Amino acid sequence: MAKFVVDVNEKWCKGCGLCVAICPKKVLEFNERVKSEPVRIDDCIGCHQCENICPDFAITVKEAKPNA
Amino acid sequence: MPSQEVLNWLRTRFFPHIWCPGCGHGIIMHALLRALVDLGKKKEETVIASGIGCSSRMPGYIDACTLHTTHGRSLAFATGVKLANPELTVIDVMGDGDCTAIGGNHFIHACRRNIDITAIVMNNNIYGMTGGQASPTTPVGAYATTAPYGVLDVPFDICKLAAGAGASYVARATVAHPLLIEKYVRNAVSKKGFAVVEVVTHCHTQFGRKNKRPRPIDNINFFKDNSVMNNKASNMTLEELQGKIVIGEFVNIELPEYIEQYKNLIEEVGGNRG
Repeated sequence: MAKFVVDVNEKWCKGCGLCVAICPKKVLEFNERVKSEPVRIDDCIGCHQCENICPDFAITVKEAKPNA
Repeated sequence: MPSQEVLNWLRTRFFPHIWCPGCGHGIIMHALLRALVDLGKKKEETVIASGIGCSSRMPGYIDACTLHTTHGRSLAFATGVKLANPELTVIDVMGDGDCTAIGGNHFIHACRRNIDITAIVMNNNIYGMTGGQASPTTPVGAYATTAPYGVLDVPFDICKLAAGAGASYVARATVAHPLLIEKYVRNAVSKKGFAVVEVVTHCHTQFGRKNKRPRPIDNINFFKDNSVMNNKASNMTLEELQGKIVIGEFVNIELPEYIEQYKNLIEEVGGNRG
């Protein structure tokens, strides 16, 4: 069960690759449209580095809501 | 984040913004907005002024009281706004050319006057918007469209310039350290007096592709590898510091603030208007 949710706003993402390179756990990768996409969300440690480095305000890291 | 509070400060109808993919200016805008949210500032009491250039597109995207002015003269406009209504929080965002070349005089005299304005200088070592001409902060030996064999002029150290001209708060960070930018901007906005935060950023489009740093991440890694905190730098020799970016707070002192002095003067010599 992933502890965090990484939301990528694809309309704002320009595919610069900063988040992909900065993530210490390699959670993000490019999809076929060269937009950032979380592919290993279970590894996310919630450090917010991708969110803070994103120049396009496209990434939001949130804590996952536990299933009720 | 962007958390909802940060998104509330954006004019989202203009997004995605015009800056190149991976441009550091977006990282700085994000840090500035986080700092403003953190300080509990209100949009209607915050003024963001700018001159001309890539960096000066920033006020267009921030949903506060914004002012896009003439090249290099944004500090003059900001001074007018602050004097007319001292209750406002005035932040001036500038590029390196805007601040030190075209607006060099305005900058040093604003530092000397010590009026309560925060200046954020985004130093990307080049004139990005106009085609990559060498700016006063292009390092010696770096290539630019106007310097195809490398720049000869010694660049300005913006922090030393501001400290020498008398600013009451001077700090430098790089875009590889977004939380540090946020912290220094928060300190600068809270400071009573003229505060300068130089943020070393990159223009991979114009500067990077000529200087072996063509991708955004090359620049971020360069900043990470070559920045030194100022307390560590004080123990290093000049040779060791060659090519390094010294980051940290350089000046944080209390000086008489201009608007207070101005009010005192009015009270002293203004006469009885009762």
